[in-house]
Amino acid sequence: MPDGNSVGCVVPQRFCHDAPMALKGGGRLPSFELVFETYGSLNAARSNAVLVCHALSGSHHVAGFHADTPDSEGWWDNLVGPGKPLDTEKFFVVGVNNLGGCYGSTGPLSPNPETGKRYGADFPLLTVEDWVLAQSRLADHLGIDTWAAVIGGSLGGMQAIEWSLKFPERIRHVIAIASAPKLSAQNIAFNEVARQAILSDPEFHGGHYAERGVVPARGLRLARMIGHITYLSDDQMNEKFGRQLRGGGLGFSYGIDFEIESYLRYQGDKFAAFFDANTYLLTTKALDYFDPALDHGGDLATALAAARASFLVVSFTTDWRFSPARSREIVFALMQNRRRVAYAEIDCDAGHDSFLLDDARYHAALRAYLEKIKP
Amino acid sequence: MTTAHRPRPLTPRERERFDFAVIAGWIPEGRHVLDLGCGDGRLLRYLRESRSVTGYGVEIDHDSVLGCIRNGVDVIQIDIEGGLSGFGDASFDHAIISQALQAMHSTERILGEMLRVAAEAIVSFPNFAYRANREAVARGHMPVSEDLPYEWYDTPNVRFFTLADFEALCEKLGIAVRERLAFDVYGQPVEDDPNLNGSLAFYRLGR
Repeated sequence: MPDGNSVGCVVPQRFCHDAPMALKGGGRLPSFELVFETYGSLNAARSNAVLVCHALSGSHHVAGFHADTPDSEGWWDNLVGPGKPLDTEKFFVVGVNNLGGCYGSTGPLSPNPETGKRYGADFPLLTVEDWVLAQSRLADHLGIDTWAAVIGGSLGGMQAIEWSLKFPERIRHVIAIASAPKLSAQNIAFNEVARQAILSDPEFHGGHYAERGVVPARGLRLARMIGHITYLSDDQMNEKFGRQLRGGGLGFSYGIDFEIESYLRYQGDKFAAFFDANTYLLTTKALDYFDPALDHGGDLATALAAARASFLVVSFTTDWRFSPARSREIVFALMQNRRRVAYAEIDCDAGHDSFLLDDARYHAALRAYLEKIKP
Repeated sequence: MTTAHRPRPLTPRERERFDFAVIAGWIPEGRHVLDLGCGDGRLLRYLRESRSVTGYGVEIDHDSVLGCIRNGVDVIQIDIEGGLSGFGDASFDHAIISQALQAMHSTERILGEMLRVAAEAIVSFPNFAYRANREAVARGHMPVSEDLPYEWYDTPNVRFFTLADFEALCEKLGIAVRERLAFDVYGQPVEDDPNLNGSLAFYRLGR
């Protein structure tokens, strides 16, 4: 149930972009729609807007709940609300489902206006730059010239960084949490295993599964299981599950012996029941392709020279998916450019997933930074 | 009757302003500085307001990092005991370590790193050989004084050294002492035997 300082009942809105948009990969979308939610009020100067960017599995539903499903709390509800660190009494907060998503924005499950059939595998691959461009069209639509801040964790942090490069005059603060300036080989390797799990599912049908009314659930389930392992820390997994057995003893079969197996299967099943496989695939590719330094000879500092915003960079000590060292790369590149940056390295045992939790030190740092931002 | 002219030890707040003013005196307008062990960022805020400096603080303690953010000071939360890798050579005009060197283990490395990333280093520290401290040891006790205000069992300090010790280390490391100031607990500059009469020492160092 929502707590006392929830934004309460929220209704998703739609933004229709009726003109074509060219994409970085060379393709174009003839038109698109974005589903979004807003919390708080835009002030008269239109200067208090904060964009929340979601990561791999997130959505526009950041805070509050939907009337028809009272337990449908937004994915970052612990952060966003009246009196919370991202205070909706002060800020006008916007959550948006990215292009290519499966929560209502135009994506692989949407009908292709040119064929009348679902896009499926024909939906173009997207990049973080494309997402930011689409978000900028939403900002135009909402009359927001400049974001007070763009905030995101993991892949969401990459979008926040990209905002500062693509639209340096349209963003005052970047808050990049548990993020990275580009994926490492290991990161890409995990994504590739997840993609192969989906691509090799017999129900994938070259990405046109929806036309056949089936879902590559086994592939999605495996993809989520491997993802989940990387979101948690070794210590936390040991603490939470250890070698606890599900039943009284070892089964000497390939059924569930250990609690961790049960947990991963549960998480995989839950995810496969609602998430779209094509969205998963294109999102992992957007992650792999993100590399703002690429066009600058691999030099991140040169790439970040375009930024004008002030930055808060946050990492978590036990995050091995996007480790603190990756956040420090961003920080050092910003310092080389003498940009304003604060960096907090939070001692939290929950691994990459820490960014979604309400760890006291983490939220205190966000609160302190957000309180300093002039609305 | 007034007691205004009777010398009295500076209050902690006066000592802080005094400390800041001495350091600010060595930093020209608009310089780019790095403050190691910056606490809640008050020195950097003071330097920004009084000298229009830019720069960053480095701090490991979480509450201090929060303090910096609240003070609007750009703070980097890393442990400098491992050095300053990631900070570019000569990327700052001044690297400051204000009354924090004595709380760090890797003294030599930190001094070397300060003069790698900055053209000049400013170091202030409490003098263990200050007269009152010597007297405490002579009485058989570890000193607790204005500039060493901790009991031995809860002190954050891990290195106890004197002006003479520090200068010997600088010489060993090939570090040039460009300027030295020492003050007593009344905030008065000390010319005569600073290793005995100085409670707090300030050094401006270079290569």
